Amino acid sequence: MSTTTTEALSATTLLRFATAGSVDDGKSTLVGRLLHDSKSVLADQLEAVERASASRGQEAPDLALLTDGLRAEREQGITIDVAYRYFATPRRRFILADTPGHVQYTRNMVTGASTAELTVILVDARNGVVEQTRRHAAIAALLRVPHVVLAVNKMDLVAYEERAFAAIAEEFTAYATELGVPEVTAIPISALAGDNVVEPSANMDWYGGPTVLEHLETVPVSHDLTHCHARLPVQYVIRPQTAEHPDYRGYAGQIAAGTFRVGEPVTILPSGRTTKISGIDLLGEPVDVAWTTQSVTILLEDDVDVSRGDLIVPTKDAPATTQDVEATVCHVADAPLTVGHRVLLKHGTRTVKAIVKDIPSRLTLADLSLHPHPGQLVANDIGRVKIRTAEPLPVDSYADSRRTGSFILIDPADGTTLTAGMVGESFAAPEPVKDAADDDGWDF
Amino acid sequence: MTTVAESATGGEGTDSPYALSHLDALESEAVHIFREVAGEFENPVILFSGGKDSIVMLHLALKAFAPSAVPFSLLHVDTGHNFPEVLDYRDRVVAAHGLRLHVASVQDYIDRGVLRERPDGTRNPLQTLPLTEKIQSERFDAVFGGGRRDEEKARAKERVFSLRDEFSQWDPRRQRPELWNLYNGRHAPGEHVRVFPLSNWTELDVWQYIAREDIELPQIYFAHEREVFARGGMWLTAGEWGGPKDGESVEKRLVRYRTVGDMSCTGAVDSEATTLDAVIAEIAASRLTERGASRADDKLSEAAMEDRKREGYF
Repeated sequence: MSTTTTEALSATTLLRFATAGSVDDGKSTLVGRLLHDSKSVLADQLEAVERASASRGQEAPDLALLTDGLRAEREQGITIDVAYRYFATPRRRFILADTPGHVQYTRNMVTGASTAELTVILVDARNGVVEQTRRHAAIAALLRVPHVVLAVNKMDLVAYEERAFAAIAEEFTAYATELGVPEVTAIPISALAGDNVVEPSANMDWYGGPTVLEHLETVPVSHDLTHCHARLPVQYVIRPQTAEHPDYRGYAGQIAAGTFRVGEPVTILPSGRTTKISGIDLLGEPVDVAWTTQSVTILLEDDVDVSRGDLIVPTKDAPATTQDVEATVCHVADAPLTVGHRVLLKHGTRTVKAIVKDIPSRLTLADLSLHPHPGQLVANDIGRVKIRTAEPLPVDSYADSRRTGSFILIDPADGTTLTAGMVGESFAAPEPVKDAADDDGWDF
Repeated sequence: MTTVAESATGGEGTDSPYALSHLDALESEAVHIFREVAGEFENPVILFSGGKDSIVMLHLALKAFAPSAVPFSLLHVDTGHNFPEVLDYRDRVVAAHGLRLHVASVQDYIDRGVLRERPDGTRNPLQTLPLTEKIQSERFDAVFGGGRRDEEKARAKERVFSLRDEFSQWDPRRQRPELWNLYNGRHAPGEHVRVFPLSNWTELDVWQYIAREDIELPQIYFAHEREVFARGGMWLTAGEWGGPKDGESVEKRLVRYRTVGDMSCTGAVDSEATTLDAVIAEIAASRLTERGASRADDKLSEAAMEDRKREGYF
């Protein structure tokens, strides 16, 4: 192999995506086929699955054993938690957050979707858009996953009929658009038979779009950053204090959004001091410009007080700081979140004390109705919260920046991650608020 | 801004000019993880075996804090059955970068009668006690490991920040969800966090990165003639550690190692790959995972890795 090939391999881009689907819609089969057909399941792994299946008395190899890695999962035949899987084609590398469909689905899907740039939502062609499908679409919209793929599976069981697919695609796209999902790509597939997963289907001549893999390979992975608010949470101050670098003082961090360039006037938050960028080191190499998600070290003209937890932003585009954060949250811990709860809030690289002032509403994902003042949020609940922080925070709206608009709440007593938070309005479209009186979803 | 956008536009036209290559994205993420640990923990340590994953970890740490020194010490769990080339490499690296090296020695534990040699001769499971006692005695609160989720199905479930109790145990049911890039390193006194900066890397990524960054490796990663014998479907290096036994015969073969661990359980593979490019080509074409091809300890049972991890193994 020549060096050229090595370079070509390493020049591919990375796509993080998540799958969502309920128990019997064929998610494992789809994941299995993507892994298998991209040569990511190797001979010894298949052998291990065959051996384990045979020892359980199963006739055919159970491909779920490929993905269910834990003893308890194999014993019970269930998927406990998000697993991350890796595969590659010559065009792109993929990180798949494989989220279980039926146990504790909301927090797992939120976890998987938080880093995903694309979500594949599976539906069974025979059942069409069901409550679970709407739930998945709503989470994708809440988490602002840029691309949504609707995979209408089991087309072989509806005679590969275009009408069946078109009706589902139309209903789903209308619903997703209402939620503010920017882009939906609907693909008719049969994961079992292999139609339109990796290979185009001979059974559906009427479909002219890409296969699932083709779409994954070509969907754009980054937005145009020129219009993003630039943000750098300071992680660590690099100060060698050596003979070679006596005065070097660099502010290290991963650019959360936008671009920074040398010479640009910047403001340090929350102090509000201003200075200019005198240099940018990209892992040891000086550069003129750097952008998200590069890990960089920024050097400043003036010797201002900057430490871990601060946010460096362009002076012309600084967010306001606030001690009152309103957000949509997903509660991920088993113990409930209640009004008056004292917590820690981690935003970027800053962790501050905070108190839950109010829980104005809880969302029912199935119909997007709101329950006013639920009093608490339990595991997997999504709701609105008002939080007072002990120190001012420079938060963005999650709609503007997934990184500087997100936070987690932590239990100060034992360190448990309690809640995933997204600052600002939850959906792009106005929320249909249902009258509390005819709300029958009150369940505690 | 427009200058960059215009000058960098081109290619397929589907990706933004600001899209990072997959290696750049993985590198940036790993550096972010190293810096988070440096910012949030008192006393972190990097597990360093002299194997390719720990070598890549150290390389990333050097870049993350340049031009400063790496603010972590190294910890090697010495099984007593290490490859001499790897120990030599370890010592050279430590000296070159002025690092501090801690060694937890399995042989010491055996000599003191605390651990007993296993009948099958493998010392891999014996590493857990010296490792966990060292973590406790040195009060390490963050321990970097080179584990990758693609290695093994139990590892696919592991978090980047993985909380361990005072016995270093991993409980897969009690893991913290990891949201966005907001890692939660909170832990009680006596607990620590295992941190895996290479979680999202595959074996091929590691090799491509080694090639791109021109990182030196111990020579046993490249094809060389070696005296080996067959055991359990693998080529093991003959030596004082306990092989060959009766009925096993030594032969000279052209081999290389895909992983580097204890000599008693790390197998060599037949190979003619003497350069990085040849190694990458070989791995890209291989139908076996690296652990399937070269680790005996993973074959002990269906859940061998999970069981060892629960006990505190890395």
